[in-house]
Amino acid sequence: MKKPERKSERRPKAKIDLSVNCAGIKSPNPFWLASAPPSNSGAQVMRAFEYGWGGAVWKTLGQDPPVINVTSRYGSMDFGGQKIAGFNNIELITDRPLATNLKEIYEVKKRFGDRAVIASLMVPCERDAWHEIVKKACDAGSDGIELNFGCPHGMSERGMGAAVGQVPEYVKMVTEFVKEKSTVPVLVKLTPNVADVRFAARAAKQGGADGVSLINTINSLMGVDVETMVPKFAVGGKAAHGGYCGPAVKPIALNMVSSIATDPATMGLPISGIGGISNWSDAVEFMLLGSSSVQLCTAVMHHGFRIIEDLNAGLEGWMRRQKFTKTTDFIGRTAPNIVEWKHLNLHHKTVATIDKDKCIGCDVCYVSCNDTTHQCIAIDKKGGNRKPHVVQSDCVGCNLCSLVCPVDGCITMTEVKTGLKPLTWEQYTKNGQKGYVKVYETH
Amino acid sequence: MDSKTTNSVWRDNFAELKKPLVREAARVEASRCLYCYDAPCVKACPTHIDIPRFIRQIAAADPLGSGETILEANALGHSCARVCPVEVLCEGDCVYHDWHEKPIEIARLQRYATDAVHRSGELPFEPGEDNGKRVAVVGAGPAGVACAVYLRRLGYAVSIFEKRPLPGGLNTFGVAEYKMDEKTSLEELHLLFRLGCDVVTGKEIGKDLKADQLLKDFDAVFLGVGLAKAKGLGIPGENLPGVMDALSFIERVKNHDRKVLDSSAVTVVIGGGNTAIDAATQSKRTGAGEVILAYRRGREDMSAYDFEVDLAKTDGAVLLMNAAPVRVLGKKKVEGVEFVRTKTVKGKLVEIKDTFVVKCDRVIKAIGQEKDKGIAGLFGVKLNDNGTVKVEPKTLATSNRNIFAGGDLINGGKEVVNAAADGKRAAWGIHTTLHPGAKPDGDNAYWVSTIDGRVVAPIQPREEHV
Repeated sequence: MKKPERKSERRPKAKIDLSVNCAGIKSPNPFWLASAPPSNSGAQVMRAFEYGWGGAVWKTLGQDPPVINVTSRYGSMDFGGQKIAGFNNIELITDRPLATNLKEIYEVKKRFGDRAVIASLMVPCERDAWHEIVKKACDAGSDGIELNFGCPHGMSERGMGAAVGQVPEYVKMVTEFVKEKSTVPVLVKLTPNVADVRFAARAAKQGGADGVSLINTINSLMGVDVETMVPKFAVGGKAAHGGYCGPAVKPIALNMVSSIATDPATMGLPISGIGGISNWSDAVEFMLLGSSSVQLCTAVMHHGFRIIEDLNAGLEGWMRRQKFTKTTDFIGRTAPNIVEWKHLNLHHKTVATIDKDKCIGCDVCYVSCNDTTHQCIAIDKKGGNRKPHVVQSDCVGCNLCSLVCPVDGCITMTEVKTGLKPLTWEQYTKNGQKGYVKVYETH
Repeated sequence: MDSKTTNSVWRDNFAELKKPLVREAARVEASRCLYCYDAPCVKACPTHIDIPRFIRQIAAADPLGSGETILEANALGHSCARVCPVEVLCEGDCVYHDWHEKPIEIARLQRYATDAVHRSGELPFEPGEDNGKRVAVVGAGPAGVACAVYLRRLGYAVSIFEKRPLPGGLNTFGVAEYKMDEKTSLEELHLLFRLGCDVVTGKEIGKDLKADQLLKDFDAVFLGVGLAKAKGLGIPGENLPGVMDALSFIERVKNHDRKVLDSSAVTVVIGGGNTAIDAATQSKRTGAGEVILAYRRGREDMSAYDFEVDLAKTDGAVLLMNAAPVRVLGKKKVEGVEFVRTKTVKGKLVEIKDTFVVKCDRVIKAIGQEKDKGIAGLFGVKLNDNGTVKVEPKTLATSNRNIFAGGDLINGGKEVVNAAADGKRAAWGIHTTLHPGAKPDGDNAYWVSTIDGRVVAPIQPREEHV
């Protein structure tokens, strides 16, 4: 009889590979500094790389003489006691000489060969101008080039930045100029200040872009000081619109990323996701919707380069729990589930349930349901009871109660099996508006 | 605690326990509030301040609007923010407790808002148009002042008669300085009296003024004189030098009477209520070497709030339970107290024949105050069996329909906020008595709606429509 093999209880942890390849630009993890103040100089980028950042998109380079900035440049919106829910800037591209930046790019690459250094570029829409700066950026050792077609303030008034990104023909044309000269992958950075971001993405692809990065900042005005009636964050009493970013813009960015990831014309085009990413799970969301790298700025400006440590740790821990060993195991995984409204199942039914044991009786769900939505939460006031219940026969499953409830897991939306065959709006209209069975009551 | 109480130690020992919130902290704390519908905190407040509303106003950077919400419902909101036992009132009923989480710091937020009002130097409301009628308010404590404020808003000419040299009652004289100093109480009154109250201090009804005269000169009278002198122990030796009652001790401390400093090696405080605790805590903080809090029943029978008892214990006061004083010992002055051990048998307190002596050089009596039956006699109003003045609960009218009463006089001794609520109720009671059929309108509509608490019901669920 053969002796049983002795098995060790200790199993080595599966090796988790955080590295990514976004449009041919490789980095040891998906976290890049977005083209912004944190990547303004070689000293900053090196410091970020020492902390562990996977890549950096350099603060946009332009033609000499460098731009002149104003003071102040940043503004923010706090919400509910949370600092910087939204962030705004009117800073222009780099205000340092081109040669200085190129020299520092070269030095950074020499010291941190494994990290991605991407040169963000912006010059007027002339072939020669683009050829010249692209060559210089490539010669400096950049791993990739990002075309800044997104900056919504200042530069756009000069016919650059968003002024290019808003016209698909220009996007295509300039991308072609760049591709004629570039020896490295080219990402086109898109502006969200358009009706439909897919047009610019298609144009970038047609122009030969290796990928797109989005979103750039959103046109914004941070507010008015109601005591002095002067614009908030003004420059000598006057304010110009700026670019909005930070946690508040994330859903807008996710929508734009997913619309490109699911558009048949651009499906498969690599995406570097940007917009309100503050932690690892935000990043994972962008990646699940099709981003093969992510870029951060506001969170870094709020807390410094050190956040890379918890970004990496959070991503690695999540991948381990999900049994993923490499980033390509999950990039784009959720994108197919983003569909147009007409493809949603009209026969899907969900109702709310309140867990009485978890309920603390704040009755916020009660007042919001009854005042503003479908009047289907009641309170049986007997014996001084404050805890509400859902009148499930009336519930339309709108979600509001579970959204306003402060207690985690107290109000859950439960699927009700209707036994009905799925029916989408598209099918319903094709059927001559037949086959729909009511799954909720209207009053 | 340092046995030698220097000036700086005194300052430290009597510095505010609850510090004000800075703006950002107030915004963050306000943002934690869930804005409950029909909130339990509002119900727990005797004056029914719309707490979620005032907190939301702080979150929305409108501290003056927030202060207005508070002062509409509680004219004494500025002092209540400091002296209310919120742990057993609004904060005690915060739904966060159901979550096993720290409740919203309602008191500190309230203070944040009323401090803003005080910094602005302006009350958020004005006196009503003169209605030609006059009301006398007897006693310038919380009940009387609250009543006067709301009467002024209704357009009454108001005269307040106070026997002490300063107004404010216990707010000015009886609140521990680490909760609220005299200056804050007087500042609050100063602002409120800008509504135009005639404040007569140093005049006592029955002595300097006749009750009949008031009844003749005024259309109505509000009695808010509180309680009378401290109860005696009824045991031998209690008049020896070194024996004092808690309220006068607290008043001396509040007046920074340096004679109480470091003058006691061992103080025995007798009583089990909040005043006893205050006296014990303040004894420790004025430098008494040892402080023994003696109560004739058990700890569970003490009426003092737990958080107050904890404060005294933290300061180093020692609890001596089931010890009933039988005599105060001493020749020329106090030298000790003889106690008999007690225990509770079937709800009854029984003495065990076991006496012992606690040596001390000071005894502070804190077993409550007597009901003021004198004032009722002067005005000829009826009393309840327990000695409180009998009132009609809706209007606080006494047995004489032009005389109203509120505060400790009718409840036997409760909080400032109860007195403030009574004053508000009585003001409306006086108005509806003198102007039958009057409806709350204009500037008075909101505060009147808070007398019994107001809830605007949402659209009812469909199930309740049927």
